[in-house]
Amino acid sequence: MKHKAQLIMLIVVISLITYNVLAQQIQRFPKPEFESGYQTPLTQVSKIQPVFFEYLDMFVLVGCMALMTWLVLKKRSRKAVFWLTVFSLLYFGFYREGCICPVGSVQNISMAIFNPGYVVPLTAIVFFIVPIIFTLFFGRTFCAGVCPLGAIQDLFAVRPVSLKPWIRYVLGLIPVIYLGLAVLFSATGTDFIVCRYDPFISFFRINGSSLMFFLGAALLLTGIFIARPYCRFFCPYGVILNFISRFSRKHVSITPSTCINCKLCENACPYDAIDKPEGLSVKNDNRELVKKLIIYCLITPALVVVTGWTASKYHEDFAEVNFKVRLAHELTTTGTDANPADIPTEVTTFRSSGQPLEALRKEVDKIIHRFNIGSWIVGGFLGLIIGLTLARLTIYRYKDDYQPNRGNCLSCARCVDYCPVGKEINNEMQIVELKKYD
Amino acid sequence: MDNSRKIKRREFINKGVRLGIGVGLGALAIDLSTRSAEGKTIWQIDPSKCVQCDKCSTDCVLDTSAVKCIHVTDMCGYCDLCSGYLRTGTKNLNTAAENRQCPTGAIVRKFVEEPFFEYTIVEELCNGCAKCVKSCGAFGNGSLQLQIQQNLCVNCNQCSIARVCPGQAISRVDRSTPYLLKGFGGKS
Repeated sequence: MKHKAQLIMLIVVISLITYNVLAQQIQRFPKPEFESGYQTPLTQVSKIQPVFFEYLDMFVLVGCMALMTWLVLKKRSRKAVFWLTVFSLLYFGFYREGCICPVGSVQNISMAIFNPGYVVPLTAIVFFIVPIIFTLFFGRTFCAGVCPLGAIQDLFAVRPVSLKPWIRYVLGLIPVIYLGLAVLFSATGTDFIVCRYDPFISFFRINGSSLMFFLGAALLLTGIFIARPYCRFFCPYGVILNFISRFSRKHVSITPSTCINCKLCENACPYDAIDKPEGLSVKNDNRELVKKLIIYCLITPALVVVTGWTASKYHEDFAEVNFKVRLAHELTTTGTDANPADIPTEVTTFRSSGQPLEALRKEVDKIIHRFNIGSWIVGGFLGLIIGLTLARLTIYRYKDDYQPNRGNCLSCARCVDYCPVGKEINNEMQIVELKKYD
Repeated sequence: MDNSRKIKRREFINKGVRLGIGVGLGALAIDLSTRSAEGKTIWQIDPSKCVQCDKCSTDCVLDTSAVKCIHVTDMCGYCDLCSGYLRTGTKNLNTAAENRQCPTGAIVRKFVEEPFFEYTIVEELCNGCAKCVKSCGAFGNGSLQLQIQQNLCVNCNQCSIARVCPGQAISRVDRSTPYLLKGFGGKS
């Protein structure tokens, strides 16, 4: 009996080696009929995590957002904001392992808009929209500490240095490019680059590639001096919130009532997001500024065309990220007579599957065409942002007090503690003051 | 006078933009929620597209891949000379370590009755390299199949194995079908 089975096996092996069939799940050996009463064990697969957690995530997000908004705008307590930041980091970061986060949900949404066949998870919609709605009414309270990526960096911002404005403006263009590329790649169904290059996910999971771990560690260490580098100079979701926050109904203010220009808060913000009062001296140069504004307004359309054209030059390189485009490329470069060891698995798989090459080519042409249009839009968008940033610099707005910059302010409420207005003076301090003037 | 008018104008613009963004968001939310899935979709491998390339063991974000070999016991032939367990073309027909397919020794063999043996996968040791899956599919019944173990998978927004999978076998599936094991003839 045993030898018979061996013999059958050998025959099958030999016949299969000669034909090299890729076939699967063929009943070559019938299921034995056991005489010893042996029972076949059940196939072991583990259960899927209950959907309950997804609802819990949404619930906790809305709860955190509401609480954070209240703490920042009404309670005005940095201490409370700090503890909520810690909670959010522990829950969304370490417990739920940082996925899904609103930063990445941008890609789900853009993929859903441009690919009608894609089923977008309800969680992604909620995670994308809830922070935006809160920002629309109350400013970027999401960034304050609900975002796990922001929260982990916020705890590292201990010795912040102030950056020169031109550095901030130049580095501030990176998120725009990043957002553009993230939307381009997800809209074409190619890749989710924001998730792939999420620098802190390996911390949250205490697992993952060493490259991303070191990148994350480098960002956190940089964050000691340049506070929240990812939020300010990389985050694509921040671009959206930055824009929307400018039109928010309410926003955190440094002072609870009226600013007395005491300058105590001048260095309070680790993110250089406090706008200083602008003197009237700037207004005297108004003619000069208007001239500049006109020039910038005129060159912006030209800039849009130039950057759009430049980006479109690279659309084929962008398209190479797409699996199908890469496959078609490899199919044409590897000949059928190539050394089997040099042929990529993708090519072998495609050739053995018997799918027509023409259909793939047609599909790839369509994808490349989409990349062409997309890179025009992304490039043009970047040019528009550069033009508007330049134009914005020339517009003068009279301001006689210290205010957080509506776009850049992350609503962390650090500055609130610096404002002396409306605070009860400490008893001991009062005594000291009195003695001094005695 | 001039100043207060300016502020009013700015407030008016802000209000208008806010309304515009709000309406836009609402429309987007309604449009998307009509074709949304309850909770996240999950990742799974379609065994009929799987080419056993070994990328599952190297490209998962987890140190040890969430992709495991699943033994569909009902399809197993209980062979003594199991091609998933033993390497082909070995000198001596015995179960010494150098003759086994699995690089981590994750397949346990147990004698049932003459001439049948039961095979079990130790999940902690399996790294999803698909060596056993490949030879079981080629020479045996194909009862060993790669699947993403849903309790291990962290359900990344974008599966990093799916991105490089040569057969594009990994896709988002509905929660109601967490496993896509195949029966004979490739039917699930």
